[in-house]
Amino acid sequence: MFADYSMPELMSIFAMQGFAGLSLFSIFVLMALGLAIIFGQMGVINMAHGEFMILGAYTTYLTAGLFENVMPGLYGIYFFVAMFLAFIASALLGMLVEWLMIRHLYHRPLDTLLATWGLSLILQQAYRSIFGAREVGVSLPDWMMGSIAVTDLVEIPINGLIVMVVTLVIATLVYLLMFRSGWGRQVRAVVQNRPMAEAVGIDTGKVDRITFALGCGIAGVAGAAFTMIGSTGPTSGQLYIVDTFLVVVFGGAQSLLGTIASAFTISQAQSTMEFFLSGSMAKVLTLLVVVGILMLRPQGLFALKVRR
Amino acid sequence: MTRAKVTAPGLKRRLGWAGLLAWAALGLPGVSGADEVNSTGLAVTDDTVKVGILHSITGTMAISETGSVQAEKLAIEQINAQGGVLGRKIEYIQEDGASDWPTFAEKARKLLVNDKVATVFGCWTSASRKAVLPVFEQYNGMLYYPTFYEGLEQSPNVIYTGQEATQQILASIDWVVKEKGAKTFYLLGSDYIWPRTSNKIARKHIEKKGLKVVGEEYYPLGHTQFNSVINKIKLRKPDVIFASVVGGSNVAFYKQLKAAGIDLTKEKPLLLTISVTEDEILGIGGENVEGAYASMKYFQSLNNPNNEAFVKAFKERWGDDIVIGDVTQAAYLGPWLWKAAVEEAGSFDVDKIREVFPGIELKTAPEGYVRIHENHHLWSKARIGQAQKDGQYKVVYETEDLMEPDPFPEGYK
Repeated sequence: MFADYSMPELMSIFAMQGFAGLSLFSIFVLMALGLAIIFGQMGVINMAHGEFMILGAYTTYLTAGLFENVMPGLYGIYFFVAMFLAFIASALLGMLVEWLMIRHLYHRPLDTLLATWGLSLILQQAYRSIFGAREVGVSLPDWMMGSIAVTDLVEIPINGLIVMVVTLVIATLVYLLMFRSGWGRQVRAVVQNRPMAEAVGIDTGKVDRITFALGCGIAGVAGAAFTMIGSTGPTSGQLYIVDTFLVVVFGGAQSLLGTIASAFTISQAQSTMEFFLSGSMAKVLTLLVVVGILMLRPQGLFALKVRR
Repeated sequence: MTRAKVTAPGLKRRLGWAGLLAWAALGLPGVSGADEVNSTGLAVTDDTVKVGILHSITGTMAISETGSVQAEKLAIEQINAQGGVLGRKIEYIQEDGASDWPTFAEKARKLLVNDKVATVFGCWTSASRKAVLPVFEQYNGMLYYPTFYEGLEQSPNVIYTGQEATQQILASIDWVVKEKGAKTFYLLGSDYIWPRTSNKIARKHIEKKGLKVVGEEYYPLGHTQFNSVINKIKLRKPDVIFASVVGGSNVAFYKQLKAAGIDLTKEKPLLLTISVTEDEILGIGGENVEGAYASMKYFQSLNNPNNEAFVKAFKERWGDDIVIGDVTQAAYLGPWLWKAAVEEAGSFDVDKIREVFPGIELKTAPEGYVRIHENHHLWSKARIGQAQKDGQYKVVYETEDLMEPDPFPEGYK
């Protein structure tokens, strides 16, 4: 298998594939963080997660248009504004959805599955009515689409780097919020023991709403970031939803650390196998491994001890 | 229509012929009534004829099928403005296949059995065509199918107005070999029947020339991560990437190709696609696919009077921003070919139309000139265009002669 290649070529392959694996890792983390909060912390199976992501992507599309026409001078940095707006848009929609629908369905996880699936269909059709059935092209500043040539063979895509940085920032913020803030303590209290949390005076309804909105907002940021690597259309969210659930369930639903570990395992396995096998076979093997491990450890890689 | 509704097709046909015989025996005067041009109980009156449009306007395929619906409606409106077909205005009944194959079959049955449409323009994916095929064969309907596809099919109840695989592939490979000196190829596609069959045909043709395929790879539909395969491509250094990636994956593939430092305008490697029309470029972004070559039979930029009139009419009807891809043009041919065949046959009867099909031609086709082959596909030219930054293709090559459709190439029979 390696006989055809020279030593420097081999080194380049490993460097490139390592980077590909890392960038897949950050994409998985970004996809899954929002869902890990909603599914893991709140027990809501949010099938509309992909549509919240695409709302972020459409927000980016609109912001790009706005900057292009109104303030072309700042076009080079519009993307960061867009990510912020994407967070706001998805979080607001998330808050509305929680208030209208989700809050009536706590403790009925299977019903949330159906209800959010219905929501995802409604959102898809809404995008189709507003933005048209065709995919929209989100234009990006030139500096974001290039690559840094390290050697002749090794080129590091800039958008991959940006996704990594965004992921790092978001993951750090989530960590600080969840484990180093008063609000995070309230969320964890509600997750561990809702009646007790209520008894000590935590407004669990408010905590739920903000938690859900945060999860959706992160999905929005992910959607904005994915305009660099993927498509933006009414049904593009569907492309991510399976992988997202896979990462969250494999990691152990209640553990944010588990989500990250699982994203790392799956991304490395997949990108390594993709290199040696064909794309479809790599996917098959990855899924087989995940199924196998989940059979041995149904609770996922990491499990928190939670009172039920 | 006074006859009672009869659902069994055999019975219906017998009654139809019986009615015709009775009419002939009685020697009724030859008034130009609806029955004369319609002996099988289709929805044809003295001044209207009903047809069906069956595409997805919701669901994941709506992205692709919208253009086809627009083209078919435009053609129907233009035909009506010219006086219709056999003096009858066309009325269309539009059904939504909703990107779901069983729904396609159900709606096809509804159009043929309940609405008794004279013909149907519709379907986009091969899966939807395969789903409606038994329905069309059972009720003897006629479907005009617009998409370029893998071939290996020839139904008496379908007219294929797009290219079958050999028309799209053979000429384009000949061209890159002759004009660009290509020697090695990397075949890459989404994982389903069309890319796999296309690549099989491509591989055969490449190897017959004594050239080499250095990689062949498929990714699941909707895959969004192409870094690994891009690394492999960099390593194997093929002269040509032969790509048949479809749908949302397309956008991911071209964006990541560009981000990985492969500039398609340098043609090292050269990229030849059979799946990216002007429609797809809207989503991918012209700057990300600039320089790629596509093999199609139609590009919006084609320079001929037919096409100029078509593009102008299309934009007037559907808006200035719209782009027109290969399939949209092929969908536009459907109603016109049907009109030509009906007028040649002097009847809306499917059986009579089928008899006159071979040789039906369209001199006003936007792509130039097309003719129906005995195998129900079209004789048409193959063309190669190079993607420009503005999202249009510049035509760099077209075959001198019409290419013969060959849905069952050697080795597949």
